[in-house]
Amino acid sequence: MTEIIRTQGLCKNFGELKVLKGIDQSIYRGEVVSVIGPSGGGKSTFLRCLNLLEIPDEGKVFFDGEDMTLRKKYINRFRQRIGMVFQNFNVFSNLTVLENITLAPMLEKKIPEARAKEEAHALLKRVGLSEKAEEYPRKLSGGQKQRLAIVRALAMAPEAMLFDEPTSALDPEMVGEVLEVIRELAQSGMTIVIVTHEMGFAREISDRVLFMDNGVITEEGSPNEMFTYPRDPRTIEFLSKVL
Amino acid sequence: MEKIIKIWVKYYYVFLNGLWGTLWMAGVTVMCGTVLGMVIAFLRMSRFAPAKMLSSCYIELLRGTPVLLQLYFFWLVLPKIINMDFSDTACVVIALIINSSAYISEIIRAGISAVDTGQWEAAKSLGLSSFNMLRKIIVPQAVKNILPALCNQFIAMVKETSLASIFFVGELTTSYKSVQSMTYLALQPLIISGVIYFVVTFILSRVVSLVERRLTVSD
Repeated sequence: MTEIIRTQGLCKNFGELKVLKGIDQSIYRGEVVSVIGPSGGGKSTFLRCLNLLEIPDEGKVFFDGEDMTLRKKYINRFRQRIGMVFQNFNVFSNLTVLENITLAPMLEKKIPEARAKEEAHALLKRVGLSEKAEEYPRKLSGGQKQRLAIVRALAMAPEAMLFDEPTSALDPEMVGEVLEVIRELAQSGMTIVIVTHEMGFAREISDRVLFMDNGVITEEGSPNEMFTYPRDPRTIEFLSKVL
Repeated sequence: MEKIIKIWVKYYYVFLNGLWGTLWMAGVTVMCGTVLGMVIAFLRMSRFAPAKMLSSCYIELLRGTPVLLQLYFFWLVLPKIINMDFSDTACVVIALIINSSAYISEIIRAGISAVDTGQWEAAKSLGLSSFNMLRKIIVPQAVKNILPALCNQFIAMVKETSLASIFFVGELTTSYKSVQSMTYLALQPLIISGVIYFVVTFILSRVVSLVERRLTVSD
């Protein structure tokens, strides 16, 4: 297995608060990794450091063997290879559904408009949004916005996808449709790191589960190990509350 | 009332000329003030500390002193620093441009900060360059926030240009003064100018709220 993302001694402070306290982790190509744990434990911050949306105070983030923290000028090049999906969708409200998808490929990868549109339509079809191509995002439901956000990221043909609580802001009846898209993506062999509170889903799709609390990864293992035989008392306590 | 109508019939062209001067000055002021305000806002939001400080001082100074004082100041100082024959109108317009640039730069800054941080983050996460992010995502959304406030600035300017009458620059309040000196009547021409001001600003503010509603609908 080849490594795609690696962090080394990752630290992040927000003022006095130490959110990440030296995290060493590797993510391998084709792997699906879930990050679980209590709120405020640093899960989202960890994820946001992986594409440097959050600049770590200490430590390094390697992507494909290169230290991204040293190459700030080329940070956009790295980010183009890592897709990200947010809790609040963050679809571009001033662009149509189709333009949301074609924008980055056309501007940053210089893909001709006709081809970008063709690929965008194929992606929309894949997530059942073909009818909405010319609409503005305000006409979409939460679940539709999140599916759009996922294919917007996929349009850049990323090598890894980061999901930051992708279903936490959704109405319950829309969670399923979004998880279905992520599940298919996982099965297609995409490298995925997902921060989630959907324990059943994490257990089902993950190759590896990380438990994070208080700025450190306190336990990790296969879903079976983590959910059936957790060892760390904090993991046990957390799972007993949420399962 | 009779007198008002008589004055209007006889001198309406003086008032309309004045109104034209007022609108022209307010328009030029807001347009040039916007260009200058963009530069100031850009400096204010830059990461370069001296630029930040300088632009902050500029804004605070212009917002913290009366416009009338600024008018006198530029009227006195401008012809001295730049060795050129400035007309009174030019002095007044330049002073108003500089004054409104301070307010407009804050309007622009507020409009940009009002764009949801999620939009910035999404653009960054896709690997958009700063230039493309601003051009395609941030600025188009900020314009929606800025445009109504800018129109309100124009309405404020329509009224503020009346200060130019102290230098007898051609605008509506100056028209009032001329008509007053021609008719020896004080109140009636004042009422006429007042009504014109009110009608114009009222119509403009209706238009603004209409535009505003349009903009929020498309959000």
